[in-house]
Amino acid sequence: MATVSSASQVAERDVPFQLRGNSFTMMVLKVFAPTSPDFFVQLAVKVRQAPNFFRNAPVVLDFDELPESVVFDLDAFVTQVQALHLLPVGFQGGPQPVREAAAAVGLTPMPSGRAAKLEEVVKAPDPRRQDPQQQGQAPIPAPQVLIEVVHRPTVVVTEPVRSGMRVYAEKTDLIVTSSVSPGAELLADGNIHVYGALRGRALAGFSGDTNARIFCHSLEAEVLSVAGNYRVSEDIGSDFYKKAVQVFLRDGVLSMDLLKTG
Amino acid sequence: MSKIIVMTSGKGGVGKTTSSAAFATGLALRGFKTVVIDFDVGLRNLDLVMGCERRVVFDFINVINGEAKLNQALIKDKRIENLYILPTSQTRDKDALTREGVEKVLNELSKDFDYILCDSPAGIERGALMSLYFADHAIIVTNPEVSSVRDSDRILGVLNSRSRRAEQGLEPVTQQLLLTRYDPERVEKGEMLKVDDVLEILAIPLLGVIPESQAVLRASNVGMPVILDEVSNAGLAYSDAVGRFLGEDIEHRFVTPQKKGLFSRLLRRSA
Repeated sequence: MATVSSASQVAERDVPFQLRGNSFTMMVLKVFAPTSPDFFVQLAVKVRQAPNFFRNAPVVLDFDELPESVVFDLDAFVTQVQALHLLPVGFQGGPQPVREAAAAVGLTPMPSGRAAKLEEVVKAPDPRRQDPQQQGQAPIPAPQVLIEVVHRPTVVVTEPVRSGMRVYAEKTDLIVTSSVSPGAELLADGNIHVYGALRGRALAGFSGDTNARIFCHSLEAEVLSVAGNYRVSEDIGSDFYKKAVQVFLRDGVLSMDLLKTG
Repeated sequence: MSKIIVMTSGKGGVGKTTSSAAFATGLALRGFKTVVIDFDVGLRNLDLVMGCERRVVFDFINVINGEAKLNQALIKDKRIENLYILPTSQTRDKDALTREGVEKVLNELSKDFDYILCDSPAGIERGALMSLYFADHAIIVTNPEVSSVRDSDRILGVLNSRSRRAEQGLEPVTQQLLLTRYDPERVEKGEMLKVDDVLEILAIPLLGVIPESQAVLRASNVGMPVILDEVSNAGLAYSDAVGRFLGEDIEHRFVTPQKKGLFSRLLRRSA
């Protein structure tokens, strides 16, 4: 490897730690009516739309819009947010009693700043590619576009992936700890791991990464593809059928190797 | 609190209506107040299998549209105490099933009944989606052949993503497999999938195996749920499945031609 990671440099200097500034992308949950009976119903619906995206995602609770007179059980509120697999890590704004209650349950007070809507954060263009003229037209450059995403978490699926289902791990790896049925489709810009039988389609390096690989516990796939180089089940030799296999590009040709197990 | 069960499969012709009729009858025979609803709007069949087609005046769709009261549409079974049928319309189509309308009817039935059994139409369109949306339990009816297994797999995915429980992030719908039209001799010859093969793909607990039987067609034609045919293997197998559904520990039978050997293995799989 040509690049040397900063971690190994640290090790060479024999320093026990290093302090660095870093930015993380976090969602802000703006709380308007925490006592509304529909609050968690609607939040659950939102989470269901992209369960993998929201699973264990850190969120900052924004109480800025709450009226001064609001009274609600913050502890129970946080517990219910956690029940939807969101991780409240901090809060901003809000009436004094709410701020005190939030600090008491261990949430970190965050400096108030204007948050962009989630859709805007996700679709924020790369600032380096932005047309300078267009940038001039924008009223206020949104601070979110400068946030550097340090690590995009791997998408992990623990339930069986059923026929007709489609899982896409955008810009990251995909791990399935169960089986993938015929007629199901796995897509990942990175690697795909299946710790069960892979009976459906698996397309790794979906956006063109030729270094991506597919690993599976039992290869019974309908289609395998790495960066657009594919093979259908007819062309998968019986030597590899129902075996633990890795699939990758060797000199641009889709290749398979048995994995040593046990 | 009443429990809502959906009998579904994805594929048509695998035995959903036969199984719904048998299962609802079995639950009523054990003393539970049970209603079975036909969701196959436009292809009304349940009332035929239940032998009450000549008593249908109002139907499920009339109730949804407010054209009739629920009590006017419910048909009380003449043979079994506690058993009611809510037939569907033959002249309307699946668009008549609105989520609000279905919910209203189910809520009203919940006040009176222990079990509400929804007989799903084939497919994954509106009728099937409406029948499974409010379910607490799903019984997946599958034949031992690849296309049926794949369609069942698809419907399991739909249950996990588009049911009310899934959308609201509640406890998932519990799912059990009912393998119907199972012919142990053809399985032996390799002409049908084995129980284990089906379980390996679907990965849900086995509720019962219903053997292929002449009794099923015979019962359908005379409008009698096959579970009432106590000398047929199919009737006994449905009775066993109802017992297992209610938590009883009953050995699987009718799965091998010799009736031995496979039992212990199957029991482990279904545990």
